[in-house]
Amino acid sequence: MNSAVIVFPGSNCDRDLAVAIAQVTGRAPAMVWHGDTELPAGTGLIALPGGFSYGDYLRCGAISARSPIIRAVVDAAARGVPVLGVCNGFQILTEAGLLPGALMRNAGLNFVCRDVRLTVENAQSAFTSRYGAGEEIVIPVAHHDGNYAADDATLDRLEGDGRIAFRYAEPVNGSARGIAGILNAEGNVLGMMPHPERKVEAAHGGTDGRRLFEGLLETVGA
Amino acid sequence: MKARIFVTLKPGVLDPQGKAIHHALAGLGFAGVNDVRAGKLIELDLADGTSDADIEAMCTKLLANTVIENFRIERQP
Repeated sequence: MNSAVIVFPGSNCDRDLAVAIAQVTGRAPAMVWHGDTELPAGTGLIALPGGFSYGDYLRCGAISARSPIIRAVVDAAARGVPVLGVCNGFQILTEAGLLPGALMRNAGLNFVCRDVRLTVENAQSAFTSRYGAGEEIVIPVAHHDGNYAADDATLDRLEGDGRIAFRYAEPVNGSARGIAGILNAEGNVLGMMPHPERKVEAAHGGTDGRRLFEGLLETVGA
Repeated sequence: MKARIFVTLKPGVLDPQGKAIHHALAGLGFAGVNDVRAGKLIELDLADGTSDADIEAMCTKLLANTVIENFRIERQP
């Protein structure tokens, strides 16, 4: 599987994400600069990493979502290429309009950096097929702006259509309906605040994140 | 010409920063503050003749996230 990790000025989890993808797929992803306008031919997975792109100026993810490469990401998503956005990557996906809603300052105003328990709500997506529905997993978060907000109609639609992939199983940031990660309507775009790439090998203190990448590999194919 | 853009959270959207400011004001002994909402002021220095439609487009495309924010444009001579 050929994959690409998009690197923005201020990304700081791009290499972690690349290592996780390389470990699971056996191939190092292309590191694509945000100022590029094209993805490498045959890219089968696009990942947007965590970090503080553009210093979170204006709103987190706002400036990055207008980067030249985003047009290529939007086009690829429309063709069905899986797109994974983690943390700042999730914020960028909402700002780019690939996912609904917005991520606001944590309700407690604190930066939250710790392992959290998540419930897998949808275990049938391209990203979550290696998990069991309702399974509880542990993945770390590290964010200041992870408080998911959307209007009630949008939240009802996300729930009704099974587009909530992960929910917090404990209080974390005030997120609406405990949302930790959501899918787009077609199921090929996932945004999540927790960092699956930080739980892929035993030395990380757990491997619950690894199955997300394994599921993707299975879906996309080698 | 200049334009000032006021970006504010929509009514009903929880404002943790406003709440923290409110709390701090109460801590300083200011009674009678019913609520605080924090927003942004963005000042644009624009070429003469920039149209209202262009300024509006700047707001909807970048300056405000209309999922959670409202904006108000104030043109200045």
